[in-house]
Amino acid sequence: MMRSGVLRLILVRLAVAVPLLLVISFGVFSLVHMAPGDPVRALLGTRPSDPETLAALRERYHLDDPLVVQYGKWLGQVLQGDLGRSINGNRLVLSSIKERAGVTIYLLLVSTAIVLAAGIALGMLAAFRRGGRLDRFVVMFGVFGISSPAFVTGIFLLYVFGVVLGWFPTFGAGRGFLDRFWHLTLPSLALALSIMAIVVKITRASMIEVMDRDYVAFARARGVSTTRITLSYILRNALIPVVTAGGIIVIGFLANAIYVEVTFALPGLGSLIVDSVQRRDIPLIQGTTLVLACFVVLVNLLVDVIYTLIDPRIRFSRVES
Amino acid sequence: MSLHIESAKPEAGTPRARISLGIALAFIVIAIVVFCALFGASIAPDSPFTQRLEVGDAPPSGQFLAGTDLLGRDVFSRVIYGAWTALVGPLVVAVGAWVIATVLGLLSGYLGGMVDSATMRWVDFMLALPAPLIAIVVVGVVGGGYWTAVLVLIILFTAPDTRIVRSAVLEQRPRPYIDAARALGISKTRILFVHILPNVLPIVLAYVVLDFAFALVNLAGLSFLGLGVEPGTPDWGRMLFENRTILFTNPVALLLPAFMIILTAVSMNLIGDWLFERLTR
Repeated sequence: MMRSGVLRLILVRLAVAVPLLLVISFGVFSLVHMAPGDPVRALLGTRPSDPETLAALRERYHLDDPLVVQYGKWLGQVLQGDLGRSINGNRLVLSSIKERAGVTIYLLLVSTAIVLAAGIALGMLAAFRRGGRLDRFVVMFGVFGISSPAFVTGIFLLYVFGVVLGWFPTFGAGRGFLDRFWHLTLPSLALALSIMAIVVKITRASMIEVMDRDYVAFARARGVSTTRITLSYILRNALIPVVTAGGIIVIGFLANAIYVEVTFALPGLGSLIVDSVQRRDIPLIQGTTLVLACFVVLVNLLVDVIYTLIDPRIRFSRVES
Repeated sequence: MSLHIESAKPEAGTPRARISLGIALAFIVIAIVVFCALFGASIAPDSPFTQRLEVGDAPPSGQFLAGTDLLGRDVFSRVIYGAWTALVGPLVVAVGAWVIATVLGLLSGYLGGMVDSATMRWVDFMLALPAPLIAIVVVGVVGGGYWTAVLVLIILFTAPDTRIVRSAVLEQRPRPYIDAARALGISKTRILFVHILPNVLPIVLAYVVLDFAFALVNLAGLSFLGLGVEPGTPDWGRMLFENRTILFTNPVALLLPAFMIILTAVSMNLIGDWLFERLTR
């Protein structure tokens, strides 16, 4: 009974995600037509415009077909893993993406770990010391964190730790595991700081709310240990709003990762998309945007499923209805 | 950057002791920035466009308080002039998004039914999109720089704002004064814009200020990627883009505009939070 409820919820989420992905893919497809001027010119870039190249481009992008047919054919190619070739350098878009994905994934994993560990811990501490000095500091940190984008934080970190102290390199991603870790420390920190404010804020607010609940007072009166109350009574319930905010947090991570990669000159997917946008390399823009957007939708789907699994109220209420 | 105002909403138990001093400082900062935007030409020590290639990127000195950039332009004057694009775009984004969101939210919240569900589906859809990524790609591909960016941000901001107005309207709808107005036979339009709107406006005003801060950071971000203002424009985000290479020779050319972005955004966020607390209780 319960399992089928969860399964149904996952199916419902999927039913929302698939049309969303279709709309996104249509948006990505239409980028060719959104570029000012003739689509062929946009796809040609700086290459010489001899009739053969133009004809080949029209053929490759089915530009002589009606728009819907163009989209259908394009989507068919994309689903087979064919994202076309970049205008600059004529490389397979898919292999450029594969080459760059490693740095971005590493960056996202390290900063997610920092955000989850430090963000939740700070939020908890602030809630326990409500009104105190630490709490005031944390609240101020929240305002600064929300106001300072990752590229600004990144520049300050670069200056202090890269230029003044000289502890960390100021650009590049490094080779090998340790070197990479050393190169990606500041970028991960910049990314983590920009997201942490939100997690700290939500954790703090929901901790404060949960701490005042009757069941916590009851557990205290029964003499349950403080550690147990904190971890399995307060924290578990207080984290639900953090998971609910998972969507904006995931989008925030991705957006800030783009800025961090540009700030620290890292060869990741974020800097790939910015490079391709600056060079107006439409196929490369399309491929990278599609991959990143799909990533966001899929991670959001995952967050929704986790949310369903950790909050029994949702599970049961849906099953009853 | 994509973390929208919903999460910037002030929560219960925020310590208030320091807020008043902070608020005073925030207002002073905004006053100075507005002054620079309006009268930048008369207070800047130098033209922001004069190039001195023989000077190059020099560190701060008596003549150039914040040093010069690669083209030998006075960084301090460029930061003062940069106040203009830091205020105008975000203002247009915040006000534009809220005007649209208020109309949509009023209609959706009060009329309900098909209008409401259609609007809410659209909002859900927009919120599921990675907005900052879309802004970068669309502004980059369509071109047009700053004003394209402003337009794209208005569209992206409208969705979450609509949801906020709608829930504020839903709170007003069951109140007796609405029933009274309806019983008197007052038209729907009049109820919406004369009776409900004034009660929703305080919340809108607080969020306009919070949206302003958010738009400032987003526009600066696009300029930092080279997609916002035209090359050469004195703009804080653009300065970060142009001066990235001189972090070692004249770090002030990066740190000063970066500091101004944070300072202005923090001030607006503090004022927004403060307005929110004052106007909504």
